[in-house]
Amino acid sequence: MIIELSIIVAKVVLVLFMVLNLAGIMGWFERKGSALIQNRIGANRASVFGFAGLGLVNTLLADPIKFLTKEDFIPPGGDKALHTLAPCLALFPALVTFAVIPFGDVLIIGQRVINLQVANINVGILYIFAFASLGVYGIVIGAWASNNKFSLLGGVRGAAQMISYEIAMGLSVIGILMIYETLELQAIVRGQGALLWGWLPAWGVVLQPIAFFLFFTAAVAEAKRIPFDLPEAESELAAGFHTEYSGGKFLMFFIAEFAEMVTAAALITTLFFGGWQVPYLISDGFHFPGGGTLLLPHLAVVFLQVGAFTFKVFFFAWLFILLRWTLPRFRYDQVMRLGWKMLLPLAFVNLMVTAVVIVALGT
Amino acid sequence: MSVELIIFFFLSALLITCSLLVIFQRNAIHSALALVAALFIVAILFLTLNAPMLAVLQILVYAGAIMVIFLFVIMLLSPGTPERGRPLWWGFGSLAAALLALEFFAFFLPSQVTKGQGMGAQVAEGFGSPKMLAESLFTDFVLPFEIASILLLVAIIGTVVLAKREF
Repeated sequence: MIIELSIIVAKVVLVLFMVLNLAGIMGWFERKGSALIQNRIGANRASVFGFAGLGLVNTLLADPIKFLTKEDFIPPGGDKALHTLAPCLALFPALVTFAVIPFGDVLIIGQRVINLQVANINVGILYIFAFASLGVYGIVIGAWASNNKFSLLGGVRGAAQMISYEIAMGLSVIGILMIYETLELQAIVRGQGALLWGWLPAWGVVLQPIAFFLFFTAAVAEAKRIPFDLPEAESELAAGFHTEYSGGKFLMFFIAEFAEMVTAAALITTLFFGGWQVPYLISDGFHFPGGGTLLLPHLAVVFLQVGAFTFKVFFFAWLFILLRWTLPRFRYDQVMRLGWKMLLPLAFVNLMVTAVVIVALGT
Repeated sequence: MSVELIIFFFLSALLITCSLLVIFQRNAIHSALALVAALFIVAILFLTLNAPMLAVLQILVYAGAIMVIFLFVIMLLSPGTPERGRPLWWGFGSLAAALLALEFFAFFLPSQVTKGQGMGAQVAEGFGSPKMLAESLFTDFVLPFEIASILLLVAIIGTVVLAKREF
């Protein structure tokens, strides 16, 4: 009993540690990456004993210290309690969603089989949608509590955008649920280990390419990243819903945005790119389709699987960042039109075609 | 004092506090947020009752969609100044509260308590899972399900017609 509890606590601590660190590292990727894309050097002035580490020290040490020691300012006429609550409401769903994302297969220690997923509930993916729908509150409350028309405008736009794209996100995943015949994420990832025609891994993107593009677009919109960053449109609304936030609270919104990005990347990985699956790797080693095998000890397999998951999450988070600094921002009516008139019908069509194909193949 | 009982009392205390906050806050947005918190705690109580599907649906639909609509209405159409309390309402309110409390305690008379055997009903394996919900929804209850979806469709069409711009 105590051992099981401590294993769960260890997994929770590990996952929280992983998400927060990945969010921080993505912050660094963003600053240095945006600098390289825009043909400049980026932040490199802060250094520890002369080591500036490509802006790493600046982003991960100097900036947090600056944020945490800034004056905490609540706008006059703003709601004090709600102003402080809003960043917490924004950060909570982004962190908690990771509880059902599997980051490895199983870890066998002696007699104990540990499922490398914090909580394997039988409604798997619905849990993620539930907490994504809670993400609206952070923006709306933050905008309202600032007593600022620009903030309110940003908040209302953001809420409308997030609600619209939640629908497209949910519908595009139903094809995946139909193919792997389960709601549980660990089972979906395990199902992606199957090989089609003996050599092609049955990843989600192979079986549902349209759903991948729909989900990717909807996830970028949910995370309020450019090209969908109407809620914080810098050139239009000062800073949108987080205009009146400074110091630690702004840092929480900032981390919440990157944590949401990491969670979206992890979701895309889990549903469409095989999660922790390495092609041709099963629990005792590599089994190549030509017939060759490469047997590996259990710990090496676990290491490879967790490493594959982390690499894929990094790749998609990097893709989000690249997208941000490449594309211009959508107008509000364009965002709404895309969500309701393009993504939603496409998701329905994808659903029907998937259903017809499944019934026709009889699997 | 099992762990479940301690968790239940803790969650119930939180839930009662949030519900009281909903009623007694001056600011309507604070009330709405307290209601969101109360619904979230109800979802956690569903979890302790071995119904994860219902818990997740509660958060997804009620706390995540309906309460957002409530919040928007309050934010964009709020009266501004909080209303003064009226003595007549206090009178009627106390009467209604007394009647409800009487009914509540009548439920716990000895004859009622012994009717429930043990701490919970016997449920089948896989109770509360999406599979069982889907099976009953699409076989036994398919007609109410379809009628409910038509009702929602009518509401959506009505909304679109009412909110349409005149070109």
